Amino acid sequence: MSEIERALRATNMSLELRAWNIRRKALLMGEVQGQGYIGQALGVADVLAASYFHALKYRAEDPEWEGRDRFYLSIGHYAIALYSVLMEAGILPEDELETYGMDDSRMPMSGMASYTPGMEITGGSLGHGLGIAVGAAMGLKRKNNPAFVYNLMSDGELGEGSTWEAVMSAVQYKLDNLICIVDFNDQQADGKTTAALAQVPEQEKWAAFGWHAQRVDGNDMDAVVAAFDVARNLPSAKPRVIIFDTKMCKGVDFLEIREITHFVRVEADEWSKALAVLEKGKPS
Amino acid sequence: MTLESMTRKYEARQIKLGPDGKRVATSAMIASLAAEGYNTVDAPFGHALVDLANTDDRIVGLSADLSKYTDLHVFAKAMPDRFYQMGMAEQVLISAAAGLAREGFIPFATTYAVFASRRAYDFIAMAVAEENLPVKIICALPGLTTGYGPSHQATEDLAIFRGLPNMTIIDPCDADDIIGMVPQIAAHDGPVYSRLLRGKVPSVLTRHKPDYRFELGKAQLIRDGKDALIISSGFMTMRSLDAAVKLESDGIDVAVLHVPTIKPLDTKTILAEVGKGGRLVITAENHTEVGGLGEAVARTLLINGVTPQFRMIALPDKFLEAGALPTLHDMYGISVNRVVERIKGWL
Repeated sequence: MSEIERALRATNMSLELRAWNIRRKALLMGEVQGQGYIGQALGVADVLAASYFHALKYRAEDPEWEGRDRFYLSIGHYAIALYSVLMEAGILPEDELETYGMDDSRMPMSGMASYTPGMEITGGSLGHGLGIAVGAAMGLKRKNNPAFVYNLMSDGELGEGSTWEAVMSAVQYKLDNLICIVDFNDQQADGKTTAALAQVPEQEKWAAFGWHAQRVDGNDMDAVVAAFDVARNLPSAKPRVIIFDTKMCKGVDFLEIREITHFVRVEADEWSKALAVLEKGKPS
Repeated sequence: MTLESMTRKYEARQIKLGPDGKRVATSAMIASLAAEGYNTVDAPFGHALVDLANTDDRIVGLSADLSKYTDLHVFAKAMPDRFYQMGMAEQVLISAAAGLAREGFIPFATTYAVFASRRAYDFIAMAVAEENLPVKIICALPGLTTGYGPSHQATEDLAIFRGLPNMTIIDPCDADDIIGMVPQIAAHDGPVYSRLLRGKVPSVLTRHKPDYRFELGKAQLIRDGKDALIISSGFMTMRSLDAAVKLESDGIDVAVLHVPTIKPLDTKTILAEVGKGGRLVITAENHTEVGGLGEAVARTLLINGVTPQFRMIALPDKFLEAGALPTLHDMYGISVNRVVERIKGWL
């Protein structure tokens, strides 16, 4: 890592710029296909910026480096968001951006381990990531490897029974090298997540299971960074979860107010409008 | 619910008495598979895994509250720090095994065949098979090896896993197969689903063929014969060999080709044996007639233009009854006597 990059990664302002860049890339990819899970990408961009430019250890030139922190994307349809941050981090070449979702692309619509450098697992069948992360965290401990495993999951995945099997297992094996990130945007395919299965009180549920649980505003960069710092440095044998409340389509006001936002419908002429709106909000 | 089952449900039963006036004991607790006259090996899987783990640090074991019932308790006792009790949670059993495999370990995950195939299937498909991870899923109570009824009888597990790309599938006959397969499936760089016989497991194959050694992916002729060829897997090879011995005394000469690897199928050996011609060909499996060994062999023969006289011994396409195993094996045509009788009827 260069001195400049290290300096950039050390300031919150640079994280906001990173998040802005992630949003912009996601919109450009969405425009390529005329569709995409753009609402989620815009919402989770701040969390991903803090993950890749503050919290995670990795080597962009060697995505399989044994000492890296593992970052699992349990939610396969958030691939557009992860591709954006992988490009921003230099793990994926930016000049492949326009191949998104095309035949023979390394960036399919749903994230798969066998297609994309930096994509650790095949997500998409929901409720899988946390269980795999449990096994990986066990494996890292067996090897005395101090790396963390991060699992990014959606609030909808909290409805899968397998998530709670993994939650219990992580406590049983005292996986203090496991950090689960829940993107709580309260949207799933048929509507509000909180209207589908009882999701409250979410933080208290994880805590009752024996996790160290935080719930913060996932679009407030200072709060996001502070939550990662707490999770990484906690002197306790508990697994850690951070529930980030995020706003779908964050940063593009006319999309933020659309009612059905799980799979955002954006008209052909709206992509340039969205990019223009984003441009106006570019951090200095 | 059918009218027939509803009627049966409300029919009062009486205790059955034998000719001597004593109660006839046909309890569902009678679960032995071994025919008389075979030596048994205690927990062959557990001991073979300990032997292998002594030479390979990558081996770890996981179970979903069934280590004692899958012989993994032997491993857990010998190597407690390499054993993970995952509790009654089959989905995380499999996904955690996938995570361990990602970090370079070779996990052996055990449960019952019904739970792996029905409860954990999505996790086996996506977390394990799609990424071709070296997770070994070892499952007790295959097919009709318990009298507990459909909740425990995995009569369709092979059909389920045959459809899954990358999956290697083993249906071992006896302790010889199990001891032989453990190091070979560990050495195979990919996922494996194996059925398991547990507890005191008979040693059958080396009795009939002293130089028999399990070979992953290979079918092997255990005995030759000119009248019929049985192509079998799992404990149905044991039944077939015992039936062949009985038929021999009636002057009927039966060959037995043992196919412990269901996928990939050793089509070369099967075609070579069937291709010798002049014999009734019978498949025998401890599995529903849908999607198991019989259909796999039939497909192989048909697409290769080989059309012998062909019969299948398999479980019916039904949810099976509860009861004592010997009773059930007779009822569904997979006991030695029923195999003998059916083959005589076909010849």
